[in-house]
Amino acid sequence: MSPLNGYLLLSALLFSIGLAGALTRRNAILVLIGIELMLNAANLNLIAFWRYGPNPAALTGIMFTIFSISVAAAEAAVGLGIILAVHRHTKTTDLDQMNSMKG
Amino acid sequence: MTVIFLILAAITIAGTAAAMSLRSAIHCILALTIGLVGLAALYLLLGAQFVGFTQILVYVGAVAILAVFAIMMTQGPGKTIQPILSTNWPAGILVAAAVFAILAWAIRSTPAHSTPTQPDATVNQIGAALMHHYVLPLEIMGLLLTAALIGAVIIAMPEKKEPQ
Repeated sequence: MSPLNGYLLLSALLFSIGLAGALTRRNAILVLIGIELMLNAANLNLIAFWRYGPNPAALTGIMFTIFSISVAAAEAAVGLGIILAVHRHTKTTDLDQMNSMKG
Repeated sequence: MTVIFLILAAITIAGTAAAMSLRSAIHCILALTIGLVGLAALYLLLGAQFVGFTQILVYVGAVAILAVFAIMMTQGPGKTIQPILSTNWPAGILVAAAVFAILAWAIRSTPAHSTPTQPDATVNQIGAALMHHYVLPLEIMGLLLTAALIGAVIIAMPEKKEPQ
């Protein structure tokens, strides 16, 4: 197996772990962490394709990953703020108990 | 497929799998930091030094601390014994396993030709590219981060009581 395939398999496994966490956990913060893990798996794909791609001098994968990390940081800040606001209304972070749209 | 890659991949998978399966949320975040440090080491192994250190700074330094703060603000002092998994968890596990199976099948059935040369991406090159070719995305990213941080603070602030 070539190194690129190894990195891609690792990235697929990381994505699946994040997806499983985001779909099955009850705690809203850990669901957000699962989404972050899926973003990280995509970043690993980008870096691996940059490293083993045909034109690494263009730095496209690096740039994409840097911007992706920035967007993920903004998403985490806003997501945790929303979770705090929802927690103030409903006094829970259990997603199975958040079943009404109107606080 | 070097030994270093296998060790780092094992650390990353073990850390992230523990982060998604442990009971205590704080333990989950601690396991997540281990997994993300392993991922940063993989970036270093791939030759992307700047991205590796950015990963440590942003994820281990900022996002994990933010998540720990959020957990400490949302969890009361009382110990609650309740299931950590949602009620429809078998469907979630099934979907995740199916996604991994499809991705792994696609990866295994695709021939990969890899370039043996290690490309160099120095911080000098990255900075020059950010300031010349990617300067507009950089500015938009600064605007997005500013808006997101202000928005997060406004969302998380206590609301004023409106007169009925």
